[in-house]
Amino acid sequence: MGEQLFITLLSLCFAPVVSVVILVLVLASLGKSLGIRRRYVRLLLQVFEFGKEKISRYNKNKQNGDDSDEEDANENTKTLCENGNGLNVIERDISISYSKGIRIQSISTDINDVKKKFDLSDIMYFAKCGVETIIEDDVTQRFSAEELPSWNLLSRTSYGYHYISLRLTIIWGLGFLARYFVLLPFRLILAVLGIGWLIVCTAFIGYLPAGKFKRELNQYVSLMCFRILSRACSAIVTFHNSENKAKNGICVANHTSPIDVIVLSCDNCYALVGQAQGGLLGVLQRAMARATAHIWFERSEVKDRHLVTKRLKEHVDDLDKLPMLIFPEGTCINNTSVMMFKKGSFEVGTTIYPVAIKYDHRFGDAFWNSSKQGMIQHLLNIMTSWAVVCDVWYLPPMSKLDGEDAVEFANRVKSEIARKGGLVDLEWDGQLKRAKVKDSWKEKPQEEYSKMLKVD
Amino acid sequence: MGARSSMQLQEEEINEIQRETGFSQSQIVRLYSRFTSLDKSNNGFLSREDFLRIPELAINPLGDRIVHAFFQESNDETVNFKQFMRVLARFRPIKTNQDKNKMNTREDKLRFAFKMYDLDGDDKISKDELLAVLHMMVGANISEEQLGSIADRTITEVDYNKDNQISFEEFIKAMEKVDVEQKMSIRFLN
Repeated sequence: MGEQLFITLLSLCFAPVVSVVILVLVLASLGKSLGIRRRYVRLLLQVFEFGKEKISRYNKNKQNGDDSDEEDANENTKTLCENGNGLNVIERDISISYSKGIRIQSISTDINDVKKKFDLSDIMYFAKCGVETIIEDDVTQRFSAEELPSWNLLSRTSYGYHYISLRLTIIWGLGFLARYFVLLPFRLILAVLGIGWLIVCTAFIGYLPAGKFKRELNQYVSLMCFRILSRACSAIVTFHNSENKAKNGICVANHTSPIDVIVLSCDNCYALVGQAQGGLLGVLQRAMARATAHIWFERSEVKDRHLVTKRLKEHVDDLDKLPMLIFPEGTCINNTSVMMFKKGSFEVGTTIYPVAIKYDHRFGDAFWNSSKQGMIQHLLNIMTSWAVVCDVWYLPPMSKLDGEDAVEFANRVKSEIARKGGLVDLEWDGQLKRAKVKDSWKEKPQEEYSKMLKVD
Repeated sequence: MGARSSMQLQEEEINEIQRETGFSQSQIVRLYSRFTSLDKSNNGFLSREDFLRIPELAINPLGDRIVHAFFQESNDETVNFKQFMRVLARFRPIKTNQDKNKMNTREDKLRFAFKMYDLDGDDKISKDELLAVLHMMVGANISEEQLGSIADRTITEVDYNKDNQISFEEFIKAMEKVDVEQKMSIRFLN
């Protein structure tokens, strides 16, 4: 009797789960949506508002007990302000870059060019600039998750806020349970199904002879599988300017996470480029390569720039092949800025279709900090966040102009992407996440300073 | 970033730093967050590599001298948070209320600038030291002779006791007309 009860209860629990999963699969293959995810997001925003009010009231009470702030408040009415990078501690007066040297922000560049005699006080510019960068610099902050202006009820971003009010703690607790015990298993099931379906379908498609039918079938299957996977992350993606979607050539986008591929692939089919991996990722790579041409490089081949360009060019010249998806930054950045684009894809000489991706970090940070987390942990992070909400802008295609070299072209495309996505356009190399600065980069600031000096 | 770090910084430590440096509580918490994000090995102090990992500091021609200022404060191979704050305190803007100026008086700021030149720490800037610093600032763009004459002229202009070196008092006098407040203060937000 106990056993019978147990079985009926279990099936009752499973029935809704199974039916929802089937519903999701059907919707994914048809490319339609019920709008449930959007309503869920709106509900979340209301909950965040409530949390924000509670926290600001708590902070005000805390500050009233702090006497020394009053004097400072009278003299300096600026409070911690929010800009694209989160909350600042200082306002930088002097900037330094390896292409422009040291520049004082408030003074126009003309005065920077005025010649003057050396003065002992000149050292103060270098000193102040240096200490400013120690407090706040433009580069290292891009390699860690962006700070939120207000709490989003995830303990990973809290400042201990989940202890300040009972109601807030309860909401946080409920959210925790919902995310880990309802959403996560559901998403995991979808992820497993999506990946499995992809591997199985591509195996079948692989037997077909190359031709129009194979291409169309691959497109259908690919879109369906990636739509399932995007639902596995609860991704709510808004696509803008779909008339600019790539049909061939090379598509470039800013890179925040491996999820970028899923986000882009549920609307258009791309040929992926990357290093051949082992394990599950390798299985996926080989599976996808059966249905359509992707480019997977061996570790050794990556070093050979000519080989890389040759293979890219061969792929792009074949009009039957899919547009290539490349992330020229070469590494994941935290979605507040766009860093230096490597010129490789811009040397191929084909049309470039830029795409800007901007994630709404209130619902969960999509940034993969590869120095702190492995891929699996990152994916689990995504699947236990509230949702992945992002905007994707398809920009008009761009080509290299006469008299422009690959680097200038790359920078031009980068500025366009940064502008559209509302990201800071930086010239710094994303590889600085791990690599050291080259000594030769000191030369530009030295050169600019010596130009200023009047020498007898 | 250092979301959990504010919990690791004790209330008493914050108060102590506030008394010593004059920074506000929120500024200290924010700067602690920055300190921990620079501390990649997570052991509570910074090494030279931690500082020079900041690209904009690494390309500063005087980056090494600036980092050296922190290690002079600690007199050690590592810099802890209190020592870190003491150096940053020099760059606080000068307040009108005299009592509020803890480590950021005009003389404190000038001493920081002086120590950037004083390579061997003997409280005097010799011609060789001045030449070495000039070299760091301009790289290979100006010839040795020209740098030499710049150094000579500079020392002659400020050297009152004619010992061919610049002492701290002479340095202060040379900086009389300089707006040290503006040049050596960073705009901290509340």
